[in-house]
Amino acid sequence: MTPSTSSAITLNINGEKYTLPVDHRTTLLDALREHLDLTGSKKGCDLGQCGACTVLLDGRRAVSCLQLAVAAEGRAITTIEGVADGERLHPVQQAFLDLDGYQCGYCTPGQICSAIAVIEEHAAGWPSAATDDVRPEAGVPALSAEEIRERMSGNLCRCGAYVSIVQAVAQAAEVQGKEAVA
Amino acid sequence: MREFGYERAFDVSGAVALIGSDPDARFLGGGTNLVDLMKTGVERPALLVDVRELPLDRIELERDGGLRIGATVTNSDLAAHPDVRRHYPALAQAVLAGASGQLRNMATVGGNLLQRTRCGYFTDISRPCNRRSPGSGCPAVGGEHHNHAILGASEHCIATHPSDMAVALAAFDAVISYETADGPGELPIDGFYPPVGDTPHIETTLPPGALITGVTLPPAPVAARSRYRKVRERASFAFAIGSIAGALDVEDGVVREVRLALGAVASMPWRARAAERLLVGGPASAEAFAAAADAELAAAEALPDNGYKVTLMRNLIVAVLTELTEEVSR
Repeated sequence: MTPSTSSAITLNINGEKYTLPVDHRTTLLDALREHLDLTGSKKGCDLGQCGACTVLLDGRRAVSCLQLAVAAEGRAITTIEGVADGERLHPVQQAFLDLDGYQCGYCTPGQICSAIAVIEEHAAGWPSAATDDVRPEAGVPALSAEEIRERMSGNLCRCGAYVSIVQAVAQAAEVQGKEAVA
Repeated sequence: MREFGYERAFDVSGAVALIGSDPDARFLGGGTNLVDLMKTGVERPALLVDVRELPLDRIELERDGGLRIGATVTNSDLAAHPDVRRHYPALAQAVLAGASGQLRNMATVGGNLLQRTRCGYFTDISRPCNRRSPGSGCPAVGGEHHNHAILGASEHCIATHPSDMAVALAAFDAVISYETADGPGELPIDGFYPPVGDTPHIETTLPPGALITGVTLPPAPVAARSRYRKVRERASFAFAIGSIAGALDVEDGVVREVRLALGAVASMPWRARAAERLLVGGPASAEAFAAAADAELAAAEALPDNGYKVTLMRNLIVAVLTELTEEVSR
């Protein structure tokens, strides 16, 4: 029996349910942009190498260009359109604005989604390749510029706005750290 | 891309049954390599069986001190796990050295073991490649090969295995568990990747249709003092041009136990057993480390553009063993 090559699926995006028919070849990125008019997530390389298409899947950052839409059914998808709290920007969005963490802006939605997750991963105590001692007894390293650069290495910026992107991520982490304590 | 069917499996036997003996069916984990290869036409499956939701996402410290890692554990969860970081730090470091944060969240342990070479001829379907299309030839031997193998290659294929994780697993004698329609089985990582010979298209010794269910690390106290070091052409998010997983136990200046595995030098993670044999019972000195490295690399066969790897690996072996010795004396 030849299996069906398309399915009707329901995606949970930014807290809303969308039902749509998809050819199984459709990536989540194409479903967002071409089927659901959620064009905030950008297509750069379409090969998982540039990070412009970064979204959050069940709260964890992922590249939507290598995620098949049909395989994303049942997962909580957050795109750049869903990170703000109503009219109140997410602290990472605000920091990118405050510090000019972009030039042309094309990679920015992916940078912001990735940075949101970087701050959460760091707060959860995850080490990185820049972490000198990964043993749990060594504790969590501070989110230094070196740590931010390593943790953000899956997001390319062809304008080269990296200096202010690193500053924006650091500022947002500080703001969120204070909010968590307050 | 070829059209394909999609099924989601919720238990291991169901996943194995869905694949059956269909050579055109593939298991889908994180998809970070498979979907990429489908886009470029290297892989053309007719059916994907999604195994990401199988109940194989646990990491458990066993009573004997070993570690059992489920096949659908993500790279991120593996690298973040306290028992991995405490008892096998080189494994956490190896995983963190690979790919990007996004890809590590998606990629699974089972898929990581089965990822394909990034040789540019393998991934370009307009070019011949014995690994992708048996008998068509290997343009890398006389072409672009600056990041190709120096150990265990053949005239038929000089591609390297791209995984960082597998290098650490090789150093720690990992055992890979799988399930088939005929029941479960196990393969030590030594032997999981067969020699290239004249069959580079046979990439593992897994039986047809087998699903990797997990990886077991035997208890290895030596692994608590271990490191992974990776050299690449940019500071982050790139495949290795050379890497090493090392573990060392030294007492009174004498090497009691040592583990060494090399990455990006062969079609498999390369366990440096010749070097290990030479080191055990001898002095933990720079001279001994260099002699061991030379013994391991004596069999290296370099092509015009990858000879630098022999020097690079020698230096990596000496450097990591030296760092581990300093760590012991601390």
